[in-house]
Amino acid sequence: MKTIKKDLVIIGGGPAGLAAAVSARKKGLSDILLIERDKILGGILNQCIHDGFGLHTFKEALTGPEYAQRFIDEFHGLGIEAMPETIVLSLDKEKTLTVSSKKGFVKIKANAVILAMGCRERTAGAISLPGTRPAGVYTAGAAQNFVNLQNIMIGKRIVILGSGDIGLIMARRMTLEGAKVEAVFELLPTPSGLARNVQQCLNDYGIPLFLSTSVFELHGKDRLTGVTVAKVDEKFQMIPETKRLVPCDTLLLSVGLIPENELSLGAGVRLEPATSGASVDDRFMTNIPGVFSCGNVLHVHDLVDHVSEEAALVGQSAAAYLLDRTESAAAIPVVTKEDIRYVLPQKISGKTDVTLSLRVTRPMRNASVLVADGDRKIARKKLVRLHPAEMIRIKVKAKHIENAEKLEVSVQC
Amino acid sequence: MLKKNLVCIVCPNGCDAEVMMEDGQEIKILSIDGCTCDKGKEWVVQELTSPMRTIASGIPVEHGDFKLVSVRTDAPIPLGKIFEVMTVIRHKKLKAPVAIGDILVPNPAGTACNIIATRNVAFMAV
Repeated sequence: MKTIKKDLVIIGGGPAGLAAAVSARKKGLSDILLIERDKILGGILNQCIHDGFGLHTFKEALTGPEYAQRFIDEFHGLGIEAMPETIVLSLDKEKTLTVSSKKGFVKIKANAVILAMGCRERTAGAISLPGTRPAGVYTAGAAQNFVNLQNIMIGKRIVILGSGDIGLIMARRMTLEGAKVEAVFELLPTPSGLARNVQQCLNDYGIPLFLSTSVFELHGKDRLTGVTVAKVDEKFQMIPETKRLVPCDTLLLSVGLIPENELSLGAGVRLEPATSGASVDDRFMTNIPGVFSCGNVLHVHDLVDHVSEEAALVGQSAAAYLLDRTESAAAIPVVTKEDIRYVLPQKISGKTDVTLSLRVTRPMRNASVLVADGDRKIARKKLVRLHPAEMIRIKVKAKHIENAEKLEVSVQC
Repeated sequence: MLKKNLVCIVCPNGCDAEVMMEDGQEIKILSIDGCTCDKGKEWVVQELTSPMRTIASGIPVEHGDFKLVSVRTDAPIPLGKIFEVMTVIRHKKLKAPVAIGDILVPNPAGTACNIIATRNVAFMAV
């Protein structure tokens, strides 16, 4: 097998990989290779044809393909090497990759690696949907790919399980394409997607959203003919007397995203149970020196603008690691207290300003996110509305944390 | 007085706007609370007088490296016109190449917008 050497290898050519590559090059790194399994760069943005991307980054509402193209143009403009239609089969802790493409197998020895593989959708199997196994059951993202990229219409009478953003976006998309979307059912008592998407994707089209309700059985032999839905109690147990049949030919699942970390695990990267992504320091370096992680493979984001911003920082970190050979000095743990599901990075050096990304466990109103070192308050952010679907970011200044022992992040009502 | 609650769709913050209006046929806004930016307040006024939306879809392309070119309206259109504009989009066919930003249909269904391409589709011989 042929072996080639690269200074920096980026795995994944979606928004995270592109932004990381561009910023690493701008920091002066010349030997960069980006590997992408699809024919084209841009990742999932290619199928997200709705608008609303880039409000932070470009101050305008772009569609996914338009947002991606800006980064793709910059990427090519900087002459960065890409290897499309190539899949990474393995990565080890020495940062050696085995990749496969139409040209065959190649081994790549990298001095640093940025993990930017994105995430995957939870499937019918992942949520143990009972009933028959007919055609017509898709994840919302798979449906989006069929309809928006392959020009294949997937059904006429649609039920959507889960109120994640992709499910809401697809409810509108299928309606615009002439399908009848019967309803969206959500197990939780609150919508999982952004409030604006409930408004502009469901309410605008009169599509009902049933909360604390889930699908409990699929019906149909060859093609889906309907689903049994029922309300659930506080413990998510089905309330049998509320069972009813909803006829439909298609069920879309928008029931969560999981970072795609199989390669990371193979390299010995330590994952965090709360995010299913790597545990990282303030340079986004994992426990394996020279292996960085960013974007949805690190933690699932709700806004691509935040992915690009995070990945740009990671590109700079990787360039600094390679050009200056700086060692990690992160020794201050960042931990969560009540009402915080996760906070990231999990460890910081205290030497640079850092933006903490976090999510709360439950919806709350008029509360503050507090960062403290013991009794010393370091940062506070007041919020009118806190929701698990919305990532919260809070800036912490280096001068306030250089001597910190431990940062504790909590919610104060 | 009439109270109306709206979720702003201008950005992902999705502010909860609470609007106080005078009773009656004519829309007279007395106060807007909950919006955290001026764009949001403008949106609320627009939403109560004549709601507008941007829509996105796809148009088939012959001999393209993509089967569809993704498209959107380059300005918001009246909410009530969405399905008329979608009918225009559905009957349109294109030949490659198409460039991002190309105007594909001017003023669909009499609206003050253009349908523009949001992706490059290169010519590909079969």
